[in-house]
Amino acid sequence: MGLFGLFSKEKKEKLDSGLSKTKDSLFSKLAKTVVGKSKVDDEVLDNLEEVLITSDVGVDTTLKIITRIEERVLKDKYLGTDQLNRILREEIAALLEENNSVDNAGYSLPSDKKPYVVMVVGVNGVGKTTTIGKLAYQFKAAGKSVMLGASDTFRAAAVDQLKIWAGRVDVPIVEQGMNADPASVAFDTLESAKSKGADIVLIDTAGRLHNKAHLMDELSKIKRVMDKVVPGAPHEVLLVLDGSTGQNAFEQAKEFTKATEITSLALTKLDGSAKGGVVIGISDQLKIPVRFIGVGESMEDLQVFDRKEFVDSLFN
Amino acid sequence: MFGNLQDKLDRAFKVLKGHGQISEINVAETTKEIRRALLDADVSFKVAKQFTARVKEKAIGQNVLTTLKPGQVLTKIVHDELVGLMGGSEAEINIQGNPAVILIAGLQGSGKTTFTGKLATYLKTKKGRKPLLVGGDVYRPAAMDQLEVLGGQVETEVYLERENKNPVEIARNSIKYAKQNGFNVVIVDTAGRLAVDEAMMTEIGDVKEAINPSEILFVVDSMTGQDAVNTAKAFNDKLNFDGVVLTKLDGDTRGGAALSIREVVEKPIKFVGTGEKMDALDVFYPSRMADRILGMGDVVSLVERAELQFDEEQAKKLQKKIAKNQFDFNDFNDQIQQIKKMGNLKDLVGMIPGIGKMMKDVDIDDNAFKGIEAIIDSMTPYERANPKQISGSRRKRIAGGSGNTVIEVNKLIKQFEETSKVMKMMSNKNNMAKMMKNFPGLGGGKM
Repeated sequence: MGLFGLFSKEKKEKLDSGLSKTKDSLFSKLAKTVVGKSKVDDEVLDNLEEVLITSDVGVDTTLKIITRIEERVLKDKYLGTDQLNRILREEIAALLEENNSVDNAGYSLPSDKKPYVVMVVGVNGVGKTTTIGKLAYQFKAAGKSVMLGASDTFRAAAVDQLKIWAGRVDVPIVEQGMNADPASVAFDTLESAKSKGADIVLIDTAGRLHNKAHLMDELSKIKRVMDKVVPGAPHEVLLVLDGSTGQNAFEQAKEFTKATEITSLALTKLDGSAKGGVVIGISDQLKIPVRFIGVGESMEDLQVFDRKEFVDSLFN
Repeated sequence: MFGNLQDKLDRAFKVLKGHGQISEINVAETTKEIRRALLDADVSFKVAKQFTARVKEKAIGQNVLTTLKPGQVLTKIVHDELVGLMGGSEAEINIQGNPAVILIAGLQGSGKTTFTGKLATYLKTKKGRKPLLVGGDVYRPAAMDQLEVLGGQVETEVYLERENKNPVEIARNSIKYAKQNGFNVVIVDTAGRLAVDEAMMTEIGDVKEAINPSEILFVVDSMTGQDAVNTAKAFNDKLNFDGVVLTKLDGDTRGGAALSIREVVEKPIKFVGTGEKMDALDVFYPSRMADRILGMGDVVSLVERAELQFDEEQAKKLQKKIAKNQFDFNDFNDQIQQIKKMGNLKDLVGMIPGIGKMMKDVDIDDNAFKGIEAIIDSMTPYERANPKQISGSRRKRIAGGSGNTVIEVNKLIKQFEETSKVMKMMSNKNNMAKMMKNFPGLGGGKM
């Protein structure tokens, strides 16, 4: 039983409803592609291409999926359109499996790393602070002692926002107010976490566009400083991506990885509309495991990403 | 901005090279590339399809007669179509009415509150208005604090009702307050909401009803993917907004959302956000943007920014000094500060025709001037005012003080002498744009 298994049944229901938009549009579109067709031919594949691209799967991954289906059509000679649904599901599941090798279903904190330090990074407006608030809530509900570090000292009122979350969830927060040195805040947070014996530390950072060299350097510095207090920290660098972001998500992941060696991804705002497709593209292209997905506004709606459940929700 | 799309189109056009005319066959490969480039740029599938079809239609038949290469002909067609797609001519913000009421709407994290602050700056400095900011986001923790801080930064009053959880009431009361206190523009910030959230969409519809805005702006992240059109459409259906604000364009997103939204909701893009500073807001010019996409640079924006930041008083003083051969390190430093005020260096360089593409992978550090500034800061006031008196031992001291080697100090002084010469030569031409171009300090550093 994983750490976040607490909400299992509701979790599945929420995932279903959060992804219902994606599912509806993906499958209503898919249904249209096969109207009046009995077999998968070029036209059906063209339409399938459109379906995948408009779901934000991305051009490269879409072409990969199409090529694979083409190969199967060639091999099997005849492929009925009634099979398309099943085949697509298999191919998507296979893609997620190949590249998301770490299985998150039983995600739990490693017991040998205490405090376990997670640094949260991303461009402006993706939902870093909200993600931290929700994670703090869930870790606390799972019986862990949590500490927050307010290293977003740049955006107006960012510290206040995190303080409100800390109050709401009732976990301690280390802050030095606005315009403080973010690396120094991270340092203090880890010192404090160590002395108080916290299980997990979540470090918020200011949103920054990944093409701004000096801001990316700052991020590397924040990361380096933490290692001085807790060797090996941060143990996890979580890149938060907005689920409605298009192809730029890949650039973001690349550049943030250069600066901080991203270890996992969180995809937020997936409940908006036909956006679940981006998970498929990202899993395929990035080779960084998707660890959390946000499928709604409430505290429980940030879920550990389970590829099997995800595919089930998408197709069942 | 649209750097990557530009690259892709360049490559697509290369396929055409060597062919003397545009035929069905050679255009097919290129339009496929264009379509692919547009999709990679997050242009919506439908829009990309229509766009390439139009380009193809116009391209075929346009051939041989001219001395132009097919690639050039196609470039022009793509350019003209892009301009058409993005709205032809620029659109101004409507601030009629007293007070004029502006409503800001958009998804979570699109940059509404930051834009609100920038818009206040714009209305104050460029339109001579007295704006009031209104905190209508009653949901997100500390959203009101954020607006309050931004209001402080841009020296604009912020209307808040911290205990009131009803954004419709807050908006309505704020207009009364504005009337009583002589504000002539009211900018109402609202909470981010998903287009599929019916309750929240109804709420913003109610806010609109209550305050009858003269201008409703839809704020959208320029990095948005295929969903941009659906979201824009849903907000438009509810609010019938007047214009679009495209944020975070200082990133490296290809910005295809700009094209699709314009096409699908038929509303103009009125502003683009290009940085975190409160003056990093540009009016959207479709033709410039198309030029930019095609690598023709954005000179007009560059010159405008230079003009905006240029202090005429200071320029006159400087000119006198140059004429009298008194240009010194204090002036040199002033010049650097002027350039820095114009904004992010990488943005500026991207606007220079032909350079944008070349510099794509070169990392331009915003701190490029830091070394120079450190050296100047390490000089005594006497040295700054009398550059000729900086002897070898003084140079050594300056090098030590600024953490540089003597070689670097020598280099700067040499650069400075050359600059003085150039300036002396140009001093009769009183032209800021030319001066900027010939200013070696800009090109002398890491660039």
